[in-house]
Amino acid sequence: MTRFVVRRVMQMLIVLFAVSVLTFLIFNVIPGGDPALRLAGRQPDPGQLERIRQDWGFDEPLYVQYVKTIGNVVSGDLVSYTTQQNVWQELKGRIPRTFSLAIGAAIMWMVFATALGLYSAVKAGRFADRFLTIIALIGISMPVFWVGALMNYYLGFKWEIFPNGGYVPFGEDPWEWFYHLLMPWTALSLLFIGVYSRILRSNVLDTINEDYVRTARAKGLSERRVLVRHVLRNSMVPVITLWGLDFGAVLGGGAILTETVFDLQGVGQYAAESIGQLDVPPVLFITLFGAFFIVLLNTIVDIMYAALDPRVRLA
Amino acid sequence: MASEPATDYAFQGGPGAFEEEAGHEEVHGLSPWRLALRRLKRNNKVAIVFGVLFLLLVAICLAAPLWANGPADTDPYKNHLTETIVIDGKKTNVVSLDGVPIGPTWQGKFFLGADTNGRDTAVRLLYGGRNSLLIGCAAALITALLAVILGILAGFVRGFTDTVVSRTLDVIWAFPVLLLGVALGTALSLGGLEIGPIKLGAGSKLIPILIIAIVYVPYMARPIRGQVLALREKEFVEAARAQGMRPSRIMLSEILPNLSSTVIVFLPLMVANAILLEAALGFLGVGVKAPEPSWGTMIGDGVKHILSGPHLAIVPGGMLVLTVLALNVFGDGVRDAFDPRSTVRMEH
Repeated sequence: MTRFVVRRVMQMLIVLFAVSVLTFLIFNVIPGGDPALRLAGRQPDPGQLERIRQDWGFDEPLYVQYVKTIGNVVSGDLVSYTTQQNVWQELKGRIPRTFSLAIGAAIMWMVFATALGLYSAVKAGRFADRFLTIIALIGISMPVFWVGALMNYYLGFKWEIFPNGGYVPFGEDPWEWFYHLLMPWTALSLLFIGVYSRILRSNVLDTINEDYVRTARAKGLSERRVLVRHVLRNSMVPVITLWGLDFGAVLGGGAILTETVFDLQGVGQYAAESIGQLDVPPVLFITLFGAFFIVLLNTIVDIMYAALDPRVRLA
Repeated sequence: MASEPATDYAFQGGPGAFEEEAGHEEVHGLSPWRLALRRLKRNNKVAIVFGVLFLLLVAICLAAPLWANGPADTDPYKNHLTETIVIDGKKTNVVSLDGVPIGPTWQGKFFLGADTNGRDTAVRLLYGGRNSLLIGCAAALITALLAVILGILAGFVRGFTDTVVSRTLDVIWAFPVLLLGVALGTALSLGGLEIGPIKLGAGSKLIPILIIAIVYVPYMARPIRGQVLALREKEFVEAARAQGMRPSRIMLSEILPNLSSTVIVFLPLMVANAILLEAALGFLGVGVKAPEPSWGTMIGDGVKHILSGPHLAIVPGGMLVLTVLALNVFGDGVRDAFDPRSTVRMEH
C-alpha cells in the first residue's frame, strides 16, 4: 500500500511538472507575446526595452527563465507583468472567495443530486422520473454563464430579490455571505445536479436488483432503511469519485465562468483577466494551483479506491 | 418443442435437448446496430423526436441566406444604427438615441430585434448557428478521430506507447479545461499558427475547432483505451493473430469495428459539449473573431449589454440550449439503446 501511495504521489508531481512546462511554453512561443513590450508601457524606446529584458531576464535561454519562474512560484515572489504586483499577495485575497463558492456549491449539488437521483430511481419509468430526467437534461444543456447572467438580471437587478453580484466575507457577516453566494451556488450547481442525479439514478437501478438487497428486504428491514443503508451506500461510490474531481477543479479556480458572471473576484476570474492581457505569471501560477487541486483529489480518490479494493493496487 | 418455455429444458433430456433445439429453430442474428435501432424505436420515441429536432435546427441554420436575403433583407454584418422601422404604423428607431436596441418585432425585419450595433439579431442568430454547429460538429469529429487512434495505439500496442499516450492524456486532463482553452485561444488568436505547411490565420475558425477538439480528447480516449485493452484479449483477436494477421490489420479490421458503438454513443454528447465549450470561449472573448457571429460570442455580447435589452442574451442562449438539449436527449436515448456505460465530464 505504501508503495502504491508513493508511486501515485510521484506520478502526481510529474504531471504537475509537465503542466507547468506546457503552460510556460504556450505563452512563451506565441508570436506578439513579448512581455517586455507590455512592461515598457505605451511608447517604449529601444534602450528601455533592452533594459527591461535584462532586468527581468527575458534575454536568457527559456529553460533558465523557466527554472527562475518556478523558483519564484515556490517562494511566493512571482510578480505580474502588467500590474507588477506580487501574484501570491493578489491570490491570497481571492482564495477565500473561490473556496466559499466551491464548498457551498459542492454541498448543494451533492445534496440535491442525491435526493433527486434516488427519487428518480425509485419512481423509475413513471411520470416523476421522466419529468426529473427532462429537468436534469435541461440543466446539463444550459451554459452556466447564461443562466448566471439571466439570474443576475431578473432576480438581482429587476426584481431585486437577491444582491446583484459581489461578495461579503464570512467573518464580516455570515448571513450576507450566504445571501450573496446563493445565486452563484445555484447557477454552478445546476449542471452538476443534472449530471450526478443521472449517474446516481442508473447506479441505484443497477444495485436495487442485487441479491443482498433482496436479502435485506427478506429479513424485514423497512424500505427506507434498505434504500439508504444498502442501495444508496453502494451506488454512491462512482458519484463520490466524480464529486472529488469536480470539487477539486472548482476549488482550483475552475469555475471561471461563474466567478466572472457574478463578479466574485475569485481565483478563476483573476485567471481569465490575466489571460486576456497575456500576463504569464498569474496564469502560470493559477494553472498550477488549479492543476494541483485536480491532481491532488485524483490521487486521493485513487488511493481511497486502492484501500477499498486491493485489486487496483496491482494495476 | 420450440414452443416450450426455456426453463424446462433441464428436465427434458440433458445436453442433447439443446443441440436438437439449435437445429430446429432458426436463430435470427441481428447486428448490434439493428438491435440498437430497434430498441431506440421501441423504447425511446422522445429521443427520436429530439434527434429530428436537432436536424431541423441544422437545416434552419443552413437556410440562413434564404431568410437574410428574403424577409429580413440584410446580412449579419450590416448595421442599421441610424435607420427607423415601421411597427404598428409607428416609426421607431432601430437603436434608440440612448443606445437601447429594438426588441423582437415579430415581422420580417428585426424579427428578433436588433443588437446594440443595430444588426438584425435573427439573421445573426442563423449565421451564428452555422458557425457554432460547424465548430461543434468538426471539433467532435476530430476528437473522435484522435481519441480512436490514440486509444487503439495505447490499448493495443501497450508498453512504451501506452505510457507516452496515457501520460500525455493525464497532463491534458489535469489542466483546467477552460483555462487550457482560453490560454490556447488567446495565444493562437494573436498571431495565428504556423506548423510547416499548415498556416492558420488569426481569425481562422480552425483555431477554436482544434482547441475544443484537443481539450476533449482525454475524455473519450481513456474509455476507448480501456475497451481496447479488454478487446485485445478476446478470442477473435487471438484467432486473427493465430492466422498470422499483422498487428496493423488486427487493429483496423478486428478492433476498430468493435469500437463503433462507443463512438456513436459519444458523438452526440461530444457535439453538445463542444457547442457549450465554444459558447464559453466566445463568452470569454477567445472564440470566433468579431464581427463573425457565433452563439457563444452573441451570448457574450448579450450578457455584456443585458441592461439595454435582455433579448440580446435570451435569444442566442435559448437557441443554444434548445440545440444542446436536443443533442443530449437524443444522445441519452442512443446510449440507452447501445448501453455501454459511459459518462462525459463537462466544463463549468
